[in-house]
Amino acid sequence: MDNAARRRDKSAMQHALIIGGGLNGPALALALAKAGIGATLLDALPAETRSAPGFDGRAYALAAASVKLLKALGVWEAVAAEAQPIEEIKVTDGVAGEGAGPFWLHFERGALEEGPMGQMVEDRHLRPALLAALEGAGVTQRAGAKVIAQETGPGGARVTLEGGEVLEGTLIVGADGRRSGTAMRAGLKRRGTEYGQIAVTCAVAHERPHEGVAHQFFMPGGPLAILPLSGNRSSIVWSERAARAEALMAMEEEAFLAALRPAFGSHLGQISLASKRFSYPLGLSLAERFVAARLALVGDAAHGLHPLAGQGLNAGFRDVAALAEVLGAAVRRGEDIGSAPVLARYQSWRGFDTAALAMATDGFNRLFSNDNPLLRAGRRLGLGAVSALPGLRRGLMREAAGLTGDLPPLMR
Amino acid sequence: MTHSEGHGAVTSTATDPAELAKFEAMAAEWWDPEGKFKPLHMLQPVRLDYVTTQIAAEFGRDLGTERPFEGLRLLDIGCGGGLLCEPMARLGADVVGVDPAARNIPVAQLHAEQSGLQIDYRVNTAEALAEAGELFDVVLNMEVVEHVPDPASYLTACRALLKPGGLHICSTLNRNPKSFMMGIVGAEHVMRWLPKGTHDWRKFITPDELYDLLRGAGMEPVDRTGMVFNPLSWQWRLSGRDLSVNYVTAARAPAAEV
Repeated sequence: MDNAARRRDKSAMQHALIIGGGLNGPALALALAKAGIGATLLDALPAETRSAPGFDGRAYALAAASVKLLKALGVWEAVAAEAQPIEEIKVTDGVAGEGAGPFWLHFERGALEEGPMGQMVEDRHLRPALLAALEGAGVTQRAGAKVIAQETGPGGARVTLEGGEVLEGTLIVGADGRRSGTAMRAGLKRRGTEYGQIAVTCAVAHERPHEGVAHQFFMPGGPLAILPLSGNRSSIVWSERAARAEALMAMEEEAFLAALRPAFGSHLGQISLASKRFSYPLGLSLAERFVAARLALVGDAAHGLHPLAGQGLNAGFRDVAALAEVLGAAVRRGEDIGSAPVLARYQSWRGFDTAALAMATDGFNRLFSNDNPLLRAGRRLGLGAVSALPGLRRGLMREAAGLTGDLPPLMR
Repeated sequence: MTHSEGHGAVTSTATDPAELAKFEAMAAEWWDPEGKFKPLHMLQPVRLDYVTTQIAAEFGRDLGTERPFEGLRLLDIGCGGGLLCEPMARLGADVVGVDPAARNIPVAQLHAEQSGLQIDYRVNTAEALAEAGELFDVVLNMEVVEHVPDPASYLTACRALLKPGGLHICSTLNRNPKSFMMGIVGAEHVMRWLPKGTHDWRKFITPDELYDLLRGAGMEPVDRTGMVFNPLSWQWRLSGRDLSVNYVTAARAPAAEV
């Protein structure tokens, strides 16, 4: 942080109250500090729970644009050594009982001048790195701070914590996930779809090196992603119909591996479990608006996406970079960062982008999570066509790497 | 959304509750990005970018610091609800806002108070202030000159308000077939951004004419920049080349009186 930002931070004339200390909340606090805006980060969880290392194997596929944000925020250095670059992506249409289909969509290595398409980073490395960076940036952190009420007026906003303490600021930011209490208290309605699908995720150790290749198989029950982690390990995200997923969770380790093998294939040799299994129900949950009076939503609080292709955190980081840009520019112009005209700029920047992404991932999942022979033939032809047309393939790769659209400066 | 009673609300101006409620509604209207003043809100980021950059350059201030305009006395002519005065005050300037429309002043005062800002709002004109001998480092003269009956004498009054070396920023509309289509047919009749009859196209001023007027009033023009609306992105941007419809100029008063 430069001297100007530090001076301004202390005066805290314009101050954001960020509710939610997961990944987007800390990233936003860092980005705001860089722009010279003070922030208080409130998390409902007690400090010891927050700083406890996450379990092995829970990992994020960070698009190249997200990596750029972490670099700009000075967080990347702390996770780079443990990150695994995604050098190649292979997409296949699977058929139940037959393994992978013959038509591949292949995003080859070295095709993007910016470097790898993305980086796999484990939660147990990313979370502590973000929290450590906050310490250095002078962001006020409050753990175990459960917000029970919020009020906004023409001159400012305030939140009331359990226990009665009141905090004041210029703007409230909800970074508190898809069941966002911040959005609910502001009266922002949500709409969404449940897919009747559950994602089972865990880390798998394998005999042979993965060479940085990520695989995505579209199976009739839902997609299976195999994402390379550091060493001879991969993270799997296996989406299945709810009943089947529950059965997979309940299985003994050997039975689970036996169920996984036909889809996983034998290209990496013998496999074994390298972490516990966790499950997440899949669904789309979109807030009707991302802003209200003196309030903005980021991440899942604004848009809980189908986690296909790991777009959830990447979309959240895009919110963070866009909001920090809008508010930073407003401060330099002397505008009130909580005022409706300023927040409307964030809404119009992110609103359309997110709706398009939500519809695309939703449609993609519905198209591929289907055993209808006609659809299967169509999508195989489609994947083949994309593979055969280098221009279209590069376009899709840039899209997946998050390098398209109206990119916030922090991601360029 | 709950708006709490009294939180950030006015404490001193309120005398008649009905009057206060009316002013509150008018202040809310001025600051509603989708309301009656939507065209001004859309223009606001580029206007402020221009104004802040020019002031910072002229007076050697760093916009990355807190309150960069500290110590500068600034006048905004035709201040309305205070859309320009408030940002300038937040950046540290000592701000006077004048508007000949008396109904705007209590509304602007109320909003400044809600925002915790000290701004000196007055029902007044540039000519009257000049007569009273008031002096400023910066005079903002945005979208006014095309409405006055005699631009030359008006700009002479603006010049009289400047301290030696003071900065005068003036925006207006160009006069050509395109500005007629965009500024009057487009903004007043098609988009309904502005009430019909807001502008008289014959009073629009070309950039060369404005430079001549500024020089005639004793100021030295230092910059002119276009403000261009892109109907695809629905956004305004600054342009060094396209001054065909909306544009803004910066001019300075001589450093020492002659």
